[in-house]
Amino acid sequence: MAEMSYAEAIRDGLATALRLDPSVICYGLGVTDPKGVFGTTLGLEAEFGSDRVFDMPTAENAMTGIAIGAALGGLRPVLTHQRLDFALLSMDQIVNNAAKWRFMFGGSASAPLVIRMILGRGWGQGPTHSQNLHAWFAHIPGLKVVMPTRPADAKGLLLSAIFGQDPVIFLEQRWLHNARGETPQGDYRVPIGPSAQLHSGDDLTVVSSGYLSIEALHAAQFLAANGVGCDLIDLRSLRPLDLPAIRASLVRTGRLLVLDSGFATGGIAGEILAWASETAFSALKVAPARLTAPDAPEATSPALTEAYHVRAEHIAARAAQMLGVTLDVEPLVSRRRFAHDTPGDWFKGPF
Amino acid sequence: MAELDLLTSMKRIRAVEERIALRYGEQKMRCPTHLSIGQEAVAAGVCAALTAADLAVSGHRAHAHYLAKGGSMRALVAELYGKVDGCCRGKGGSMHLTDRAAGFVGSTAIVGGTIPVGVGLALALKQQRSDAVSVVFLGDAATETGVFYESVNFAVLKTLPVLFVCENNLYSVYSPLSVRQPPGREIHRVAQALGLSAQSGDGNDALAVAGLASGAVSAIRNGAGPQFLEFSTYRWREHCGPNYDNDIGYRTEAEFEAWRACDPIPKLEALLDAVRIETLNAKVEQEVDDAFAFAEMSAFPPEFEAFTDLTSDVSGAAHG
Ligand SMILES: Cc1ncc(C[n+]2csc(CCOP(=O)(O)OP(=O)(O)O)c2C)c(N)n1
Ligand SMILES: [Mg+2]
Repeated sequence: MAEMSYAEAIRDGLATALRLDPSVICYGLGVTDPKGVFGTTLGLEAEFGSDRVFDMPTAENAMTGIAIGAALGGLRPVLTHQRLDFALLSMDQIVNNAAKWRFMFGGSASAPLVIRMILGRGWGQGPTHSQNLHAWFAHIPGLKVVMPTRPADAKGLLLSAIFGQDPVIFLEQRWLHNARGETPQGDYRVPIGPSAQLHSGDDLTVVSSGYLSIEALHAAQFLAANGVGCDLIDLRSLRPLDLPAIRASLVRTGRLLVLDSGFATGGIAGEILAWASETAFSALKVAPARLTAPDAPEATSPALTEAYHVRAEHIAARAAQMLGVTLDVEPLVSRRRFAHDTPGDWFKGPF
Repeated sequence: MAELDLLTSMKRIRAVEERIALRYGEQKMRCPTHLSIGQEAVAAGVCAALTAADLAVSGHRAHAHYLAKGGSMRALVAELYGKVDGCCRGKGGSMHLTDRAAGFVGSTAIVGGTIPVGVGLALALKQQRSDAVSVVFLGDAATETGVFYESVNFAVLKTLPVLFVCENNLYSVYSPLSVRQPPGREIHRVAQALGLSAQSGDGNDALAVAGLASGAVSAIRNGAGPQFLEFSTYRWREHCGPNYDNDIGYRTEAEFEAWRACDPIPKLEALLDAVRIETLNAKVEQEVDDAFAFAEMSAFPPEFEAFTDLTSDVSGAAHG
């Protein structure tokens, strides 16, 4: 075990994979530049050579198709996008080729490929540098989609993704890059699918993913101190979804609150609520609920992001409401020491 | 007088961007900001060949294009401050600029994103039998995108009134051309091979830029079809943000100094008398002071505006 940041854990995962298997390659805009994609690729070119770790032209769609071809040809490519928004140019290759290859050729081949996408937030990232479109990918049969919260999970899921047999969309929220945690060394793998339980309690099941799980953890600890017990299920994987774990918690608590950094309409939270209503209706003591991004893009001005995101106080307040208890959530607001549009003092822009 | 107009245009860009750089650290302009300092001659020279009826689009590094095309300086600075008087009411920030009255239709943050939009504007102009032209400002990296080739093909196919202006500043973020394009590639020759009339020139010489641009714009107005101009130039500061970053290892201080010696502003100042330059400097500084005072005074947009402007319906929300 070593204590490291989320960004360092990803770098460690990439280095481990490159070391283990010469067929692993790693490319993307800025992968070899002095900033190394927020530190996640620093030094990899020096260690593994520029045949395996390289920068690329601004050609996201072609470079994705090239990764698919390379995968079919026997390599294990990891493609990195500094923003999910740039990867939108490659939706054709992701959806029509990567996700379909195994199916449309009757199971005779697969394209093991990892596409890292970083999701921005706050500090003026604005409408096209902050999109949480994970539901788009989770909608597509043939893809796996992961959105780790903790450094160890980031590393472990990355290694499972690289050495698996499927195309995996690997989603990193920028606000998590500086989060720190104990991370196993070496070839550590976390299977894609199972969730992780970050907090335990018998009154309410909170389901979350990515950075929102950090907000949810603050809320769960605050609720616990106020006599309300929450299970907090960190999904880790958005496709497949760990529905058995949610069910196991839900039959005990009878209350379900799902958090989602994406839009409500057509989103992951809605999918989980629909599933719960269909299959666990009798376990529900109150109507299941969700907290999601509002149905609007994130604007640039700090004045327009203040009321935009779901935060710990909203989660705690909603939980209290579902339990019919009165709770003053103000302490969750007042103990936050940095500007609302940053994850902490470490982030001063621009990306 | 052409020289004075060009110098004024460049100085306005330089002065407002220097002020942005100076004050960016105050953390009041909270948005990614790509400065054009060093590259002003392209924007100034090209826009000198245009009228307000001509249209322009650009990308992430657009302050210069917006200002040279006649975009409001107050609305630019207010947009950087996220204020309600910004050109996008604070929704867009530095990478999303617009001033329709000036013919600056829009700049967006996804590389290559406005190339087809500029071609579409040209399609509309042609069908409306306008003699205006559409200008697409793009960087060297934008010529690596698929949409560039698709857009150029259509523009050539339909003989559309569009001028592509490529500012080749040798880098995309910290990536030199050598890791993105094969050695010996000349972007304007690629454009030529795609069927565009293409030329290249010194992007740090505003008079040369203006000469090439006015030739290209006249050719378009005379029905010669789409044109392409590649200008060599150099961004002085970091890709995004206010600082110099020649020390971090992707380029050398010597390279930067060599380009700084080709500063387009003194080159033009040398042709004008000192008194006029003094007057101009004072005027420009005053305009910048005014724009920043205006931005600081302007209010933040009300909170509910975070959720407006989705569709033409009052509420664009999916659940009505
Ligand atoms: C599709 C897409 N990929 C990547 C990016 C990240 N990005 C922002 S600016 C930029 C550099 C573009 O370089 P160039 O077109 O030469 O313009 P310059 O910055 O040099 O003015 C990149 C890669 C983006 N905005 N959009
Ligand atoms: Mg460039």
